[in-house]
Amino acid sequence: MSGQTTTPAPDQVSAADDEWLPESDFSAAATDESWRGVATEDEEVSVEVGVKLQSRSRRLLGSLLRPHLRTLLVMVAIAVVEQGSYLAGPLVVAYGINSAIPALVAGNGAPLTWTAIVYLTAGVLNALSRAAFTRVGARVTQAVMVDLRERTFRHSQSLSLEFHEKYTSGKVISRLSSDVETLQELAAEGLEQLASSVLSILVISVTLVVYDVELGLIALAAFLPIFVLTRWYQKRSQAIYRRSRSAIAATIVQFAETMNGIRAVQAFRRESKNKAIFGRVNGDYSKATGDSLVALAIYTPGLRLVGNITLAVVMLVGAGRVIDGSFQIGDLAAFLLYVRRMYDPLEELAYFYNGLQSATAALEKISGLLEERPSVPEPAEPTALADEIDGAVRFSDVTFAYNPRTPVLPRFDLVVPAGQTLAVVGATGAGKSTLAKLLSRFYDPTSGSVTLDGVDLTDLSTADLRRGVVMVTQESFLFAGTVADNIALGRPTATRAEIEAAADAIGAGEFIRLLPDGFDTDVRKRGGRLSAGQRQLVGFARAFLADPAVLILDEATASLDIPSERAVQHALKSILVGRTAVIIAHRLSTVLIADRVLVMEAGRIVEDGSPEELIADDGHFAGLHTAWRDSLV
Amino acid sequence: MFRSLKRLYPYVRPVAGYLVASALLAGVATLCGLAFPLVIQRIIDGPIAHKDVSGLWVPTLFLLAFGIGEAVLFNVRRLVAGRPIVRVEQNMRDALYAKLQALPVAFHDRWPAGQLISRAASDLGIIRRFMAFGAVFLVVNIATFIVGVAILLTLSVPLGLVVAALALPLVGLSSFYERKYQVLARRSQDQAGDLTTTVEESVLGIRIIKAFGRSAHIGRRFIDQAMDLRQTELTKAKVVSLLWAVIILLPEIALGIALIFGIRQVADGSMTAGQLVAFFGVAMGLRWPIDSIGWLLAIANDTAAATDRFFEVMDAPVTIASPATPKTTTDRSGRLTFRDVEFRFPDTAPATKPVLSGLNLDVAAGETLAIVGATGSGKTTLTALVERLYDVTGGSITLDGIDLRDFELSDLRQRVAIAFEEPTLFSASVRENVLLGMPDGTDDDVRRALRVAQAGFVDDLPWGLDTRIGEQGMSLSGGQRQRLALARAVVGNPSVLVLDDPLSALDIHTEAQVEAALRSVLGSTTALVIAHRASTVMLADRVALLSGGRITATGSHSELMATVPAYRYLLASEADSTAAAGLAAADALKVSTGKGFSR
Repeated sequence: MSGQTTTPAPDQVSAADDEWLPESDFSAAATDESWRGVATEDEEVSVEVGVKLQSRSRRLLGSLLRPHLRTLLVMVAIAVVEQGSYLAGPLVVAYGINSAIPALVAGNGAPLTWTAIVYLTAGVLNALSRAAFTRVGARVTQAVMVDLRERTFRHSQSLSLEFHEKYTSGKVISRLSSDVETLQELAAEGLEQLASSVLSILVISVTLVVYDVELGLIALAAFLPIFVLTRWYQKRSQAIYRRSRSAIAATIVQFAETMNGIRAVQAFRRESKNKAIFGRVNGDYSKATGDSLVALAIYTPGLRLVGNITLAVVMLVGAGRVIDGSFQIGDLAAFLLYVRRMYDPLEELAYFYNGLQSATAALEKISGLLEERPSVPEPAEPTALADEIDGAVRFSDVTFAYNPRTPVLPRFDLVVPAGQTLAVVGATGAGKSTLAKLLSRFYDPTSGSVTLDGVDLTDLSTADLRRGVVMVTQESFLFAGTVADNIALGRPTATRAEIEAAADAIGAGEFIRLLPDGFDTDVRKRGGRLSAGQRQLVGFARAFLADPAVLILDEATASLDIPSERAVQHALKSILVGRTAVIIAHRLSTVLIADRVLVMEAGRIVEDGSPEELIADDGHFAGLHTAWRDSLV
Repeated sequence: MFRSLKRLYPYVRPVAGYLVASALLAGVATLCGLAFPLVIQRIIDGPIAHKDVSGLWVPTLFLLAFGIGEAVLFNVRRLVAGRPIVRVEQNMRDALYAKLQALPVAFHDRWPAGQLISRAASDLGIIRRFMAFGAVFLVVNIATFIVGVAILLTLSVPLGLVVAALALPLVGLSSFYERKYQVLARRSQDQAGDLTTTVEESVLGIRIIKAFGRSAHIGRRFIDQAMDLRQTELTKAKVVSLLWAVIILLPEIALGIALIFGIRQVADGSMTAGQLVAFFGVAMGLRWPIDSIGWLLAIANDTAAATDRFFEVMDAPVTIASPATPKTTTDRSGRLTFRDVEFRFPDTAPATKPVLSGLNLDVAAGETLAIVGATGSGKTTLTALVERLYDVTGGSITLDGIDLRDFELSDLRQRVAIAFEEPTLFSASVRENVLLGMPDGTDDDVRRALRVAQAGFVDDLPWGLDTRIGEQGMSLSGGQRQRLALARAVVGNPSVLVLDDPLSALDIHTEAQVEAALRSVLGSTTALVIAHRASTVMLADRVALLSGGRITATGSHSELMATVPAYRYLLASEADSTAAAGLAAADALKVSTGKGFSR
């Protein structure tokens, strides 16, 4: 008799009831415990957990599936064959008992042969179609996943810095990783569950009613209590699922923060308070898990109970029908077999529904990300720059505001001739970094224009823009890979000799060669971890290798120690020859190598001249300079 | 495998009774399920064969009773075992967390947080699921298989033998594919992890990627990794499809053969129709128990691996702990003495040079000592030794005459407070972050500490002291974080204050303000201050130069500037030493090779 071994054990713990998914959306983790402090609630909480797709999700899903329509149809066909062969079993048994036995008694072996052939054929067909469905399904799923991953990745890369700063890195990362994985899980297991359970419920119902109306209707009547039970379970498990998700998130956050900050934890004797906090969040999580097990302990045996009672009733009525001759024993056997496998798919459907809920929420969030429009778009028809870029920079009538109420740059004009080294100083919030961000086109001005060699930055292709302008910031993130890989990011086509020459030019070669594997040291492995100052030097080497016409240094020497800073300054003297440079610095030592100094205050230039002039002028800069000289003694 | 699983016993013991009860209930429930076909056989061969309608009631009631029994017993089994087993998981997770908090920093240096999280999360989840489900059904299903085959043999010996004969290859094949599958599942997990790492880098490093226009470059790496993951998933699907084929086909063959022989036997009268139907019912009921055995064995295997990973952490020795008989003193003057201190990182090869060796240093009570040294000279390591985040590997450090290792750990760490160079803020309120280790501190304490650290910006945060900061709250600038770390260090009135480059991220103005405020605290507290810049050195009464793993010079800033070229090399800025730099560098080289320089 053919039988599907997906038949969940009466007691099988489903994956859906207790996954410990690493989730990065910790927004829901907020509780009212005062130690956590107060933060603005995340707007994401409002994303309805439901199965109704909003139009943007539908559009995304449509565009992902459209290329695979034909394969999807093939999958449906395979699923039909699979269910057909699976459900043929009981009918063949019925035929065997009803016809083959009497025929055999009468000396006719043909029906038995047919029974054997059809039964085994159905079995083979069932096994093959099941295997085929799995393989074809995996092909489509994986193609869609790669497509979706590529789209979200490229899209997040194309979005402007403004977006990344607002949306926060944690959220972008979970959009691109855990949300996509949620979809993959549903696609990998859910499709199969959905196809087989929906088809078999339909086919079994129809078969039963066609086979015998009275008994068929008795079997179908069981759907009513099952429907009620399933509704109850869905509501209950949905509430528990939400609770368990935020409990998991809180537990992981507490765990991760403790391990990442273990030095502070131990140094400040935080262990016992941490233990209490962890005990509480871990307890919440266990409570939620326990609740979900209890809900499942009611639901699954409940389904079983309804099924078993139905079976007894069908047996009773069916036996009566056999006795009064309107039914044969084979028919009864077939009926019993069908009833026994009718309610299992319902259980699967309930699990599928749970998966579907988290998947639609994930799809919703992903499609939201994909609908974000880049605020610093690449031009459709870029203007090309000459092969040799001079590096003349001009800000004309530029205004800039992160939000309309507080302008950062109110009307700003500046001409930097090609080859000039310009230093910008001023207090925090004076607009220095904004200047750098506009020149490197991390942001576009609210009005006015920034030009390079007379071409508006908004008209340049990314390739031309980065040939022209490169910025080194205080933040010195290293990517996985070797030190050489990290420097080569400045110019991926560079040879090893060029990479080493760049490192030597800014004085980083020495310490790099002392690392365990020199330039080939993996920066993520122990021993390869670099100090903030060393990472900064790698950043400099990267910029030097990129060889741009305009170099922007935004607080780039902040974390260097004095000998390194000295080495960098030495190097800068030669590097900056024939290059336009904008140097933003706290420390005046860096400023002194500039041709020209701007002092900014509240988005305006208040002093402008050569360092010597400004020191002599007795203005703001002169004051800073005196304070700095004093600090050196 | 069994040896690993046995180690779980201490955690399971408190709920062992529930587990046994749960297995017994599951066993009885399964027997109820197996009784179904036998009752059906009685009905077919009895009332139906004899056309006795009234005889239907009793067996139908039995059927009903078994049906209700099966469902209720499964329900009770789950209710009995569910929460206790979750409690086991909870206790194991608590124990893991407590252990990790106690393990020394050297352990955490070796283990990235991600690895530890996956132990606390997925590994403990695997163990729980095995206890709740796998272990119980491994026993119950093997028992069911034996009982079921016995029933089949009583119904028909040859037919029973056919089923039993095909069961063994089924168990073997499915356990073979399950194991293969699990290897692939691990690989796919790792690859998904790599992919997430690339995603993280692409987002965290977005400024650099955009500054250099390298989106396409990192995009290619991402696609390559996504394609690798796809390949693994496809291979996985292939294994799954083979597993399905085996699991469906072998039983079908067994049942097909049984059907043919069964029909023959019914036809020649050696078997009744009821027996045939019962046979099919029982054989069907055995399908899941049989093909799950392979799967359950694979799960047991996986659980054993998860258990090993759990104990890898639990077995790690806590090398830094309070002594059996701690000493203490009422003297809180904060005299620090380093005697012949040697330190090497625990996992370095024995031949490598220690980070610190032969280090001698006296810090008088109330004195502020600045430590200056080149990058990588071991300054930060030195400060960690004072907190006993690491232990010296030779020599000793004493505080007010008592060896650090003789203090109760919490006593020592209450006396010594540290501000780290890279301040760690937790996702909690500002108040909580400042009071970290001082749960009974008041708002006044916090405000006093914030004043010393010149962290007035806290008042401008939307909820003042209640504002959540850290990963999941307001993000603060480097300078703001540094000032909070400083406040955290001074709030507990420690007798020794260790400041690792405490002002590096501040701008000139703030730096001057913090310095002025710090002086009031440093006047009365012993302090070790790591300094990279002359301005920070100015906080100190005395400076020590750390070079080649030891202190090579001490004195005032101006003395050392005047007489020690290696010191001048480290602290003199471009403006006044361009000419001297070459010379000094040569001197520094001599110092670091240990030649030509002596105190």
